[in-house]
Amino acid sequence: MATQKQARVDVKKTYKLFINGAFPRSESGRVFEVTANNGDFIANPALASRKDLRDAVTAARAAHSGWAKATAYNRGQILYRIAEMLEGRAEQFTSEIAQTTQITSLKAKAQVLAAIDRWVWYAGWSDKIQAVSGATNPVAGPFFNFSIAEPQGVVAIASPASFIEFIDALAAAVVSGNTSVVMVPGALAVPAMSFAEVLATSDLPAGVINILTGSLEELAPWAASHMDIDGFDISGIEKRKRGALKEAGAENLKRIHAFDAGQTPTRILAFMESKTVWHSVGV
Amino acid sequence: MTFEYAPAPESRAIVSIKPKYGHFINGSFVAGKKHFPTINPATEEILSHISLGGLSDVDKAVAAAQKAYTKTWSKLSGKERGKYLYRIARILQERAREFAVLETLDNGKPIRETRDIDIPLVAAHFFYHAGWADKLDYAGLGHSPKPYGVAGQIIPWNFPLLMLAWKVAPALATGNTVVLKPAETTSLTALLFAEVCQQAELPDGVVNIVTGDGSTGAAIVSHPGIHKIAFTGSTEVGKKIARAIAATDKKATLELGGKGANIVFDDAPVDEAVEGIVNGIFFNQGHVCCAGSRLILQESIADEVIEKLKVRMSKIRVGDPLDKNTDLGAINSKEQLVKIKELSAIGDAEGAERWSPQCNLSDKGFWFAPTIFTGVTQAHRIAQEEIFGPVLSILTFRTPQEAMDKANNTPFGLSAGIWSEKGSRIFWASQHLKAGVIWANTFNKFDPTSPFGGYKESGWGREGGKHGLAAYLKVGKETGAK
Repeated sequence: MATQKQARVDVKKTYKLFINGAFPRSESGRVFEVTANNGDFIANPALASRKDLRDAVTAARAAHSGWAKATAYNRGQILYRIAEMLEGRAEQFTSEIAQTTQITSLKAKAQVLAAIDRWVWYAGWSDKIQAVSGATNPVAGPFFNFSIAEPQGVVAIASPASFIEFIDALAAAVVSGNTSVVMVPGALAVPAMSFAEVLATSDLPAGVINILTGSLEELAPWAASHMDIDGFDISGIEKRKRGALKEAGAENLKRIHAFDAGQTPTRILAFMESKTVWHSVGV
Repeated sequence: MTFEYAPAPESRAIVSIKPKYGHFINGSFVAGKKHFPTINPATEEILSHISLGGLSDVDKAVAAAQKAYTKTWSKLSGKERGKYLYRIARILQERAREFAVLETLDNGKPIRETRDIDIPLVAAHFFYHAGWADKLDYAGLGHSPKPYGVAGQIIPWNFPLLMLAWKVAPALATGNTVVLKPAETTSLTALLFAEVCQQAELPDGVVNIVTGDGSTGAAIVSHPGIHKIAFTGSTEVGKKIARAIAATDKKATLELGGKGANIVFDDAPVDEAVEGIVNGIFFNQGHVCCAGSRLILQESIADEVIEKLKVRMSKIRVGDPLDKNTDLGAINSKEQLVKIKELSAIGDAEGAERWSPQCNLSDKGFWFAPTIFTGVTQAHRIAQEEIFGPVLSILTFRTPQEAMDKANNTPFGLSAGIWSEKGSRIFWASQHLKAGVIWANTFNKFDPTSPFGGYKESGWGREGGKHGLAAYLKVGKETGAK
């Protein structure tokens, strides 16, 4: 059977940012070019600015109390829903990753499938992390004393360039009830903004995840010194540049961490805060 | 009818203070080059002279700690490490009164507190952590937990020996060795603790104590041989430490300042609440990072609570810390007294109304009467900044949500108190308060099993309980799906 080439012209996507559940352009009007390995033009993602970061933090802060208050069961179901939505678009993500990185289609596909499984894995943590990390403490007195872990608030993420590490950072930050502003570098903008479309159809409340594309070099220092960011995952920043960010983050004693690739509950707990409550016992 | 109390001084004969102290390095006392006096803040009497540690002293201490770590301490099993800690706990109990008197002399806090709270908690801390030493694999912190190596520990003057215990006990239980610097004004009990280490035959170099001032602490923080920093002190210094280690691989726990909200709802048991308010702010002269220094009263009961509080405050006995009847002792240093006076004057200037009971304060030593400010608003500096003295700022609220908003409206997040007889309200409030430690119908309670530490600018990490162990252990890397 002979294949017939359609002379149809593709409808290409305009790449924007993902802030507060909407897709605004960068207020700066700036974009940067992403090309395929063979040099073909792929997209002009938005080059996010400091002002975009501030807007994203405002959205994340506003979304925090609602997301933290949602039941763990509910958060788990929404994270699982993200996996469902991603599964349906696995091929699209595979081709976007293969086009914008040096890895083969086969490996790109493996990464996408792993990313889906990660959402399932993290979804399950929502109502279990407490049992693993909390404690009732047998104090020497007439008190009922327990420690629980709570989300810290707004967590910024300087994402590594790979899609799977982007997912790990994001899922670990939000599963506990944090809201996030994730900054993605370079060509990761392409699958990351497609991922924003997944989020937009996953019942995730607006503002829980906000995605900024562009330059970590430009955005990360603003995030480090932002006084309304509680935690900062700097896994995507080269080791020699992390010191400067930690120094800037000391101004409000941000919890700043970097992680190796991989899934671990340690990563969830790094952006949680332990609260210990003493209840007086008596009649 | 008024009750008068005859003086009931605790004898100081139980302690013998040397005229001069060196550092405790590698199991023995080493003479320092320069010295500074340490005084009894209640009398300004010079108690002894303490060595001012410099870079070379810190170097020697770190070298001793490193050697002890590699040669002995890391080779001991958890079981044997634990037995040393049990020994230390027991010796501390045996010598508890001596420690209590010495702490009161050097710090100015009442003997009632050192005898009944500080020193018993110190022993309890060592006893508790001793038991962890051979059970770390079961703590649920991750795969094969391992110590960092040498921990640099810098502690404050408000609970000198207790803060030492909070630092040294978990560090040793987890297999680290330590270089500890006590606060400039309160080194004596740490130096007496060095003798306890000797009596316990703790291997040389496992605990090293270098005395000195802020420069000595900075030398410890920046020393390349130290892998983990544990600091308790001001938020200002905590931020400096965070900056100093930003570009290194050093881990840090920071227990910093607070501006704790003590919230009294209209259904609270008022008499109990008044006791809790007094304990919250006047315990240890208010030199408590988690002090309930902001009283947030529901408007409908504010007048009643304030009136009862004033009556209760009139019964607070301020005076000789060694007197067993004393409630409120001396302010720890002249410098701290100046700070308290300055911030209180700002309270006056900003329009809050000051009240203190009539107190006869001694001319010698450093004293400050228990004080409350009413009519305080959130914008007042005495509602935002840590005074670290016996000064209470009183605010009011109408709705529970307003109480939460006010309580959370500082850069700190260390402690909070809730007074109410309604269970659901207590749980609701404890969920909304951004604080690491919350006391419901009690205040200022501490226990080695109970994690302590703050949100936001009150610091990083927890001390005590299972959570406190995490600060001294690195866990194996976990990879891939299980």
